[in-house]
Amino acid sequence: MRHLEKLESQSVYILREAYAHFKSLVMLWSIGKDSTVLLWLARKAFFGHVPFPLVHIDTAYKIPEMIEYRDRLALEFGLNMIVGQNKQALAEKRTFPDGNLDRLACCKTLKTEALVNTLAGKWTRERLNHKTGKYEPDTSTEPYTGVIVGARSDEEGSRSKERYFSPRDKRSDWAVGDQPPELWNQFKTDFAPGTHIRIHPLLDWTELDIWEYIGQENIPITSLYFDRGKGERYRSLGCYPCTTPVKSTAKNVQEIIAELKTGKFANIAERAGRAQDKEDGGGLETLRREGYM
Amino acid sequence: MTNAQEKMNIVIVGHVDHGKSTVIGRLLSDTGSLPQGKLEQVKLDCERNAKPFEYAFLLDALKDEREQGITIDTARCFFKSAKREYIIIDAPGHIEFLKNMISGAARAEAALLIIDAKEGIQENSKRHGYLLSMLGIRQVAVCVNKMDLVDYSQKTFEHIQKNYTEFLAQIGLKPKFFVPIAAFKGENMIHPAESMKWYEGPSILGVLDGFEKAPSVEKRPFRMPVQAVYKFTEQHDERRIVAGRVESGAIAVGDSVVFLPSHKRSEIKTIEGFQAAARTAVSAGYSTGFTLKEQIYINRGEIMCKAADILPLVSTLLKVKIFWMGKSPMVLEKEYKLKLGTAKVPVTLKAIHKVMDASELRKTEKKMIERHDVAECTLECAWPVAFDLTGDIEATGRFVIVDQYDIAGGGIVMEMVEDQQSSVREQVALREEKWDASMIGADERQNRYGHGPKLVLLTGPVGVDKKSIAKQVEKSLFDQGLKTYFLGIGNLLRGIDADIDRHKKSRREHVRRLGEVGNLFMDAGLIVLATASNLDDDELRLLQEILRRESMLIVNVGTNHFREGAIDLQLDEKASVAENVLKTLALIQS
Ligand SMILES: Nc1nc2c(ncn2[C@@H]2O[C@H](COP(=O)(O)OP(=O)(O)OP(=O)(O)O)[C@@H](O)[C@H]2O)c(=O)[nH]1
Ligand SMILES: [Mg+2]
Repeated sequence: MRHLEKLESQSVYILREAYAHFKSLVMLWSIGKDSTVLLWLARKAFFGHVPFPLVHIDTAYKIPEMIEYRDRLALEFGLNMIVGQNKQALAEKRTFPDGNLDRLACCKTLKTEALVNTLAGKWTRERLNHKTGKYEPDTSTEPYTGVIVGARSDEEGSRSKERYFSPRDKRSDWAVGDQPPELWNQFKTDFAPGTHIRIHPLLDWTELDIWEYIGQENIPITSLYFDRGKGERYRSLGCYPCTTPVKSTAKNVQEIIAELKTGKFANIAERAGRAQDKEDGGGLETLRREGYM
Repeated sequence: MTNAQEKMNIVIVGHVDHGKSTVIGRLLSDTGSLPQGKLEQVKLDCERNAKPFEYAFLLDALKDEREQGITIDTARCFFKSAKREYIIIDAPGHIEFLKNMISGAARAEAALLIIDAKEGIQENSKRHGYLLSMLGIRQVAVCVNKMDLVDYSQKTFEHIQKNYTEFLAQIGLKPKFFVPIAAFKGENMIHPAESMKWYEGPSILGVLDGFEKAPSVEKRPFRMPVQAVYKFTEQHDERRIVAGRVESGAIAVGDSVVFLPSHKRSEIKTIEGFQAAARTAVSAGYSTGFTLKEQIYINRGEIMCKAADILPLVSTLLKVKIFWMGKSPMVLEKEYKLKLGTAKVPVTLKAIHKVMDASELRKTEKKMIERHDVAECTLECAWPVAFDLTGDIEATGRFVIVDQYDIAGGGIVMEMVEDQQSSVREQVALREEKWDASMIGADERQNRYGHGPKLVLLTGPVGVDKKSIAKQVEKSLFDQGLKTYFLGIGNLLRGIDADIDRHKKSRREHVRRLGEVGNLFMDAGLIVLATASNLDDDELRLLQEILRRESMLIVNVGTNHFREGAIDLQLDEKASVAENVLKTLALIQS
């Protein structure tokens, strides 16, 4: 078996285990390359179908092209697409560039809080109507207790310590010191009421694996990752106030792979362009403990 | 476009503070595998917090880890040698985090076990060694670290080498290499060390490159634990796909397959995939899916096997070695769950043969298995499971034990123990092998009827009215348009059982016939309501051989003599029939 085949097989196995054990399961789709690969893997696992909803948290600071791309794929793949947002914070301008929040607090408000409340069914969810192509308030407020996420262990320190199946308690806390054992593909699939679970099928993938797989499978990916003539592209997609493009002339997947393997990014961390990681020694760990993905 | 580069998973284990994270940090930094600026950033962090720099901080990313200077959870990192790419798993050495060490080590193909030259062999040096052998990791290199603290003494090194080799020999492990290193200073890490000219073997990098990939299991018997049977009818997809990952062997379209423990048989019709080249054969490692020629009724948890291969064993009794990580000890009589492959079965600890403290390997007379103990014991499952001995096929020869909601133990199967049902099991295997299937598939029947088959069995003491409940339930189901049938035991006794006496000795045969008749009605797609007084655990076990446990619903009315968890519903004999009927209906329709 080739390396990518092994990665694919393991991820598919994990996705099927998740589907077998959790009734109210969703997959987070950030529109970025990782979660798009995850979406692709779900279609592999379920033979062309995606038998659970996809949730996107729209911070309203997402680059507009990301939203167009999301809806195009959702319609094309027949996805059960759900969008959540912290409408109140946005209305009150409690955000980073516009309000007086710092970057970490903004992430917490627009992403973590929105995510936690959307999953819990406490805030309105918008569901895509495939007939009209428009979003409508979702009538179901059923909480989602299993959440599939595209985190990779090579991204950053605290993610390298994740399990494939990782429980979070009622307050979404991550007990990093006391994670369940996970061996021989036996995952934690039994839960006390009130706990929910994060599932990480991409833990073993590196950034390079992701791009090689995108190339191999011809996965449609948003064009923001490519240089479109200005000599810059996004390496990691987030909100525009906190994500800066990198200088690069890679115009397609093959050029990105070359750049990662031997070129200018061969040893520069992917999230180097994400400002919120740097604000405190364990910035992302703090966020993650509170429910950030 | 291919990525032919070979990858290998390596775990680093050993006693607390012996230098595991330092070894990895140093390797990453000396091979230039760190992202630009990372080393400087960590050094700066240390300066800012007035702490001496540690290579370990490159791995110990959690705040608590850096504050306490220990590893709490396994970290994964990546680096490349000229030969291949490595995924290095840094395991914690502290006993408190043993379950994290196990989680990390269970993924590895080979291990580096680090021993501090000055402190020598410690408790977890041994415990980790033992666990590596149980986890199935056969390639181990022992690194004697911090040689700088013992003046690079060859004598100290050889002393540790001798003692530790003896210890590993007791548990059947033979280390591939013994290497003296000084990780912090980078000696013998990627280049031979000037300070230890007496050592002629490879440096750590050479050791890693010296590990071999495990031989492929493609030539072994075929095994695929069934993860699910999918049918996405709402998406207008009529395929009925048996999905799972091939754990061993290979299979092709047209091969005959048998599912264990049910012994159901069919033939591979197609191999399914999405956005992938069409396949006519598939082998170990692939997550895949099959459609079958005869539509049979099978569930998650069975192992799909090739009929022509040596088949797995089936029993309710397994002799195993386990290690325990649970907060409360594993005790006799309590019900746990066993997860093997994709099967999940209630299990109890039937007998403890030996318990040993993993670091000492002492036999004790303990009556329970405590946290961090390793034990040899016999497990009894509530219904039969299919498995292999770990020496034959690893993937289907190991399991975990769930206590309440947590994985609390892991283990490997050493032997099968024959239980009382082995002769019936053979009969059933033969029945399934020769089964003459009709042209109507089980799922076609299910689609037409709008429900699957079930056997609802009401039992309880003699004199307690079970029949009224059964008949009322039948009537209600019938009125809802379901296909159902009341199977009166009296109708069997004077008919199909007329040739055997009604003596206690013959009870087993009566129960067997009840099961077989139930099986026929279920094959016809019906929801069968049967009653039988005074069934006991053994008789339930017998029925579970003849019919799959998932296809039965056991309802007890009145005093309950079954072991914990054996039945699906308990009814009060004093409650009204109407009330009990509602409860039974709710169970059937849940
Ligand atoms: N003198 C000397 N000290 C070393 C050497 N290697 C590691 N150390 C020190 O030993 C201490 C423990 O090292 P770690 O790498 O954190 O040990 P560990 O085995 O990862 O510890 P846990 O993960 O907590 O079990 C640190 O202070 C290291 O600097 C060495 O070669 N020589
Ligand atoms: Mg460590």
